[in-house]
Amino acid sequence: MTLETTQIQDKLVETFGENVFHFNQEKDLFSFEVAADKITAVVLFLKNDPILRFHFLTDLCGVHYPDNDVERQFAIVYHLDNWYDKKRIKIKTFINGEKPEIKSLTTIFPCTNWMERETYDFYGIHFIGHPQLKRILNMDEMTSFPMRKEFPLEDGGRTDKDDRFFGRTQSNI
Amino acid sequence: MSDSNIKMVAPPEGVSGEGFFATSLNEVVGLARANSLWPLPFATSCCGIEFMATMASHYDLGRFGMERNSFSPRQADMLLVMGTISKKMGPILRQVYEQMAEPRWVIAVGACASSGGVFDTYSVLQGIDKVIPVDVYVPGCPPRPEQIIDGVMRLQDLVRSESVRRRSSPEYEELLASYNIK
Repeated sequence: MTLETTQIQDKLVETFGENVFHFNQEKDLFSFEVAADKITAVVLFLKNDPILRFHFLTDLCGVHYPDNDVERQFAIVYHLDNWYDKKRIKIKTFINGEKPEIKSLTTIFPCTNWMERETYDFYGIHFIGHPQLKRILNMDEMTSFPMRKEFPLEDGGRTDKDDRFFGRTQSNI
Repeated sequence: MSDSNIKMVAPPEGVSGEGFFATSLNEVVGLARANSLWPLPFATSCCGIEFMATMASHYDLGRFGMERNSFSPRQADMLLVMGTISKKMGPILRQVYEQMAEPRWVIAVGACASSGGVFDTYSVLQGIDKVIPVDVYVPGCPPRPEQIIDGVMRLQDLVRSESVRRRSSPEYEELLASYNIK
């Protein structure tokens, strides 16, 4: 009664054709990539199919790849879980770096509400159809999306951090 | 009283004679304030754990007239900020400070409250003196209870020597205005 990865792959390719690709077994996690505009359809299919039954979304997060082509600068990673067959999968989808947006999954998995808000908060990725897309962890006044690589990690307002006291300058005057 | 072991605070400087004692109002008010500071603990992380030890029986901050922790800012004199304050927490800390009645004092306990500590990052306030005025900074990560007590005693020195008119002086109003408070 175990759910084989080949079974998942065959069913997905049969239904979505070229929109699902890069199937790959990463350690014990079966993963693949989905075209960004098909993500809701694929997740809905995985959830409702009587054999696949991926009824639980474990995680959703963003990744920034500033060195990629413009079309693939942001990735969104979805982890889905099937409790019946104890099977987990990872879905990755790439989106445009200049206008990062993707359809929201909140109608399929309500738990993605906060995860998508967090992803918006840190990466500025817009989730179309999200009921309340605003910052969740950082303060509302923040203008940057801090997990993007172009934003500095360190706070500019630090006044006691003088490089001379830490041996970071050549002369140490 | 002579056979008890209770330590009393020494009287302020003054002139004493048969049935009277004369001193300045500043001295008396300072003495009273310094030995009845009601703390408001604003503990967000590990420094707060050290403060719990400071309040508990082994170190016993109650010896300094601070038996009663106030968890309402309105009945507190001394705000102890212990731990990392994120930027999102900044306005809340400021609101707590604004709710305290004058006279009020602030101790920044630990590296995070004093300067941001190791958290030199976009989400952390780089020292609470960016949003409220601070009287005493206690270094340490976290400071031991002895250090916290020392910080409290330094604050007592400040309180004891503070003029009763300081809170209505133009300098003090200027200080608050520089933090945009009130």
